[in-house]
Amino acid sequence: MRKTNTKATRVFLAVMAMSVLPAFAQAQQMESHIGKLTGRADTGRQLYFRYCWGCHGYRGDGNGENWLPTGSYATEPYLNIQPRNFPSATFKCRSTPTGTLPTDQDMFNAIGRGFVMTNMPSWIALTDQQRADLVAFIKTFSPRWKNDKASEPITVPPEPKLTIESIKHGQELFQKLECWKCHGPEGRGDGPSASTLTDSNDQPIRPYNFAVGSRFKCGSTNQDLYKIFMTGVDGTPMPSFADVVKPEEAWDLVHFLRTLQVAHKSPELALWESNKEGAEQIESRKLYGTPTGSGVKQ
Amino acid sequence: MRAKVIPITAAVTLIFAVGLLHARAGGGTVSGKVTYEGTPAKPKPIDMSKEPSCAKQHATPITTETVVTGPNNSLENVVVYISAGAPDDSAPSQPAKFEQKGCQYLPHVLAFQVNQPLEVVNDDQTSHNIHPLPKVNREWNKSQPSGSPAIVDKYDKPEFIPVKCNVHPWMHGNFAVLKNSHYAVSGEDGGFKLPNLPPGKYTVTAWHESYGEQSQEVTIAGSEAKTVNFLFKAKPY
Repeated sequence: MRKTNTKATRVFLAVMAMSVLPAFAQAQQMESHIGKLTGRADTGRQLYFRYCWGCHGYRGDGNGENWLPTGSYATEPYLNIQPRNFPSATFKCRSTPTGTLPTDQDMFNAIGRGFVMTNMPSWIALTDQQRADLVAFIKTFSPRWKNDKASEPITVPPEPKLTIESIKHGQELFQKLECWKCHGPEGRGDGPSASTLTDSNDQPIRPYNFAVGSRFKCGSTNQDLYKIFMTGVDGTPMPSFADVVKPEEAWDLVHFLRTLQVAHKSPELALWESNKEGAEQIESRKLYGTPTGSGVKQ
Repeated sequence: MRAKVIPITAAVTLIFAVGLLHARAGGGTVSGKVTYEGTPAKPKPIDMSKEPSCAKQHATPITTETVVTGPNNSLENVVVYISAGAPDDSAPSQPAKFEQKGCQYLPHVLAFQVNQPLEVVNDDQTSHNIHPLPKVNREWNKSQPSGSPAIVDKYDKPEFIPVKCNVHPWMHGNFAVLKNSHYAVSGEDGGFKLPNLPPGKYTVTAWHESYGEQSQEVTIAGSEAKTVNFLFKAKPY
């Protein structure tokens, strides 16, 4: 009798030990996978506390010293846009649908690109391995990275041929989808609702001004522009139009939006300018920059 | 002996089962009124001139709904629910409907269950974007032009979620995502009713978007009806 009990106990303990160990090991080791790179959270942690925590904070919630310094003399935040709150797991620039987590590649790109018109610089000076490690560490801030199902990136169909019809159809979509309510009829970010917009932290925020021609928040290519309105910019007023725009139509809208960027050379703008209607529109909107900046119509 | 045991066992089981079923279906009721003391903030009229298609649907401008009161100091739009003592319920398949009509959210507070489908419809001539702002659940933001199909989604964690439309900044609503089926939203008379409660000890909680949460304990025996009233302190701002 005793012999069996001892054996059973040993087997039981062994099974328990084996089942616990992998979980324990996994808890320590969040990884990121970008192309052939594998990033590790423990290395990323050291990089985070060297480069990132000043703005993003000790808890990764955007309450770093650079955002809102502690001390009796500080009454206003130093930065005009609050740094990303990683525990909330809401990210602006994704290739995945609204409300879902970004891919490792999305975050890797975002760190490298920085965020134009914010205080997040481009960290392209870091090595690819370092960026991958940082992505792995950021994923330890929220339990959603372990619990949620991995989200699929949206399918971006290949860009169709650029034609005048495509641009004109895009113009109709811009009207129909009421983009002008925030972005304005000429895309200057001066629509009727523009001055009332607040982001999800209740901070005032302005819609993108196409006429100035700066890079978008989430990239600079046509593919990036496609993804911006088909996945939405989470945490901001910009919604996802994936449910209401068909993928082929989405490309027409991309082509039209490029023609709103009258200060940025693009094939779309050149083609639109060659068209009579297009040429009139562009001429009336063209900005002649002053030495101190753009935005003055002459 | 054996021949008698089986029918007796069967009879006892049957009576026991019927007794159980009866307790489930009938059960006790908790009802009461939600009222306030003090001076609440005055509702302000909403200027919809930036959206003429909505402005013309209201003969007189509608007012802000963060605090809605009724006669006899009653407080409307209070979610009263069982926060402890009841097991979690599986979600009904019937969707909870949230309407955008006249640039207003109807109802102002929509209570539904975890994993219950939420259906958002746009009955207006203008485009809206539906932007719930949860802190525990996932945050998403979708555009819904006029005439487009209903947006269906669900939440897997209980939470009180403010909802806004970015295009129309005056639009505010709330989702109350709850764990069980015992909830009610107080009407104009401040009244609420929670029926079908099996015997037990419960915590009844009342939540108001501006005045916070309050809880009270109540014990139900058999199918008794108990009264639980809530009194909130109103703020003048």
